[in-house]
Amino acid sequence: MQVYLDNSATTKLDERVFEAMKPYMTEQYGNASSIHFMGEENSLALIKAKEDVGLILNCDHDNIIFTSGATEANNMIIKGVARANKDKGNHILVSSIEHPSILKTVKQLEEEGFEVGYIPVDSSGIVDVDQVKKMVKPETILISVMTVNNEIGTIQPVEKIGAFARKQGILFHTDAVQAVPYVPIDIKQWNVDFLSLSAHKFNGPKGVGLAYINRRAKIIPLIIGGGQEYGLRAGTYNLPGIVGMTEALKLAYEEREETVKKISELSAYFWKRLQEEVEDVQLNGDLKNRTPNNFNIMFRRIEGEAILMDLSVKGICVSTGSACSSDVLKASDVLKSIGLEKNDLNSNIRFTLGKFNTREEIDYTIDALKVTVERLRNFTPLK
Amino acid sequence: MPLHYSKKVMEHFLHPRNIGEMKDHDGFAEVGNPVCGDQLGFYIKVKDGTIKDVKFLSFGCASNIATASILTEEVKGMTLEDAKKFDWNKIVKDLGGLPKQKVHCSILAVDGLKKAIEDYEGRKK
Repeated sequence: MQVYLDNSATTKLDERVFEAMKPYMTEQYGNASSIHFMGEENSLALIKAKEDVGLILNCDHDNIIFTSGATEANNMIIKGVARANKDKGNHILVSSIEHPSILKTVKQLEEEGFEVGYIPVDSSGIVDVDQVKKMVKPETILISVMTVNNEIGTIQPVEKIGAFARKQGILFHTDAVQAVPYVPIDIKQWNVDFLSLSAHKFNGPKGVGLAYINRRAKIIPLIIGGGQEYGLRAGTYNLPGIVGMTEALKLAYEEREETVKKISELSAYFWKRLQEEVEDVQLNGDLKNRTPNNFNIMFRRIEGEAILMDLSVKGICVSTGSACSSDVLKASDVLKSIGLEKNDLNSNIRFTLGKFNTREEIDYTIDALKVTVERLRNFTPLK
Repeated sequence: MPLHYSKKVMEHFLHPRNIGEMKDHDGFAEVGNPVCGDQLGFYIKVKDGTIKDVKFLSFGCASNIATASILTEEVKGMTLEDAKKFDWNKIVKDLGGLPKQKVHCSILAVDGLKKAIEDYEGRKK
């Protein structure tokens, strides 16, 4: 059996999305910037896509910029906004559990003379809004806090931070990559100025994402050239990707209740069996304030990469924040920031469910996991 | 990043040789990698200056388990003098190569074995 439980890494493309994309590769392949009829029909398809996305995210559709993914959107927003607003201040606040596409970007900005504050999280993996209030300075120009953490699935108080930032006149960005469909995005209600999404996290295609940009805010574009996307992001419009992302987002929202219900039931079943049948396991991050698809679990006294490889041989795909799985042999910063002990840092596995998982797959996984954990615990020197 | 472990590494990871505790050992040492947190424990039984039996415990990744496993296979029956000169490069070679970021596992394994020999020699004094 093959079981894919790494849906926070990427997801399977929905067949219906693939069908929607196909004509834009083989028949309707005009360049949306061309004046002729083939260009025009794709330009109209592009506008339609933005209108559909705008309705779902509750925002003006001409504030949506399609990108190659959320990494590009994050780079574009953080660097573009910081560099364009230097005259107002040089201080940026980000949470300490952001994705590397935020954390490495602000590191680069530090080298350019910006000052960065890292908002800590409590042991449940959630940013405290009062900390944000304490850490802002008169020079703060931008705050960035993710909607849902990618490693432990914790939901951040984005709406509260957005309200505070708006009142202070500070621009606010949220990386909402892990939110769809679990946390309904509402750009107006949340008071966000910038938001990032990536299609392949919700059964859309890889290589396409979007940046919501409050166009009243100043931003210096990252990729320049042919003037596409109001001059904010150059490069030929990726119509198959854009249409695919839009279709995936529409489906995710249309089927939201059903998907969330199914995944919540499956994950509750998974967690119940795991707790009953495997000794000495612990959930990392808040039990309640999390998306139901994510289970980041500590298997004490055994090492994450070994668990992952053993499961992989059995056809099960998961991920780990263990140092051994990283090229630089560094354990997960997210797990460090929620206060895990040294030995425990390398004993964690992230299971992330998706809409295609079944109860049989969960049963197979738990059965396999029991054997794997028992085998590895048999020869661990840790007490 | 995918690790691309060799077949031999996977085989030793899935079926480690000489694994588990040894009660009546003559030497024991535990070593840990301060960077990645991996740990190994080695037990040896010595007779007439040769390693009669060897066993290990592991808290570590697939490569940590595989390197220690093949090492125990190769040093069983070896004289202490030869074992002390054991070169970790041989493990990498015999495993059909290791991913670059995993080469340190073989160094840790050899280090653990040598420390177990030191423990044995210390007890004799």
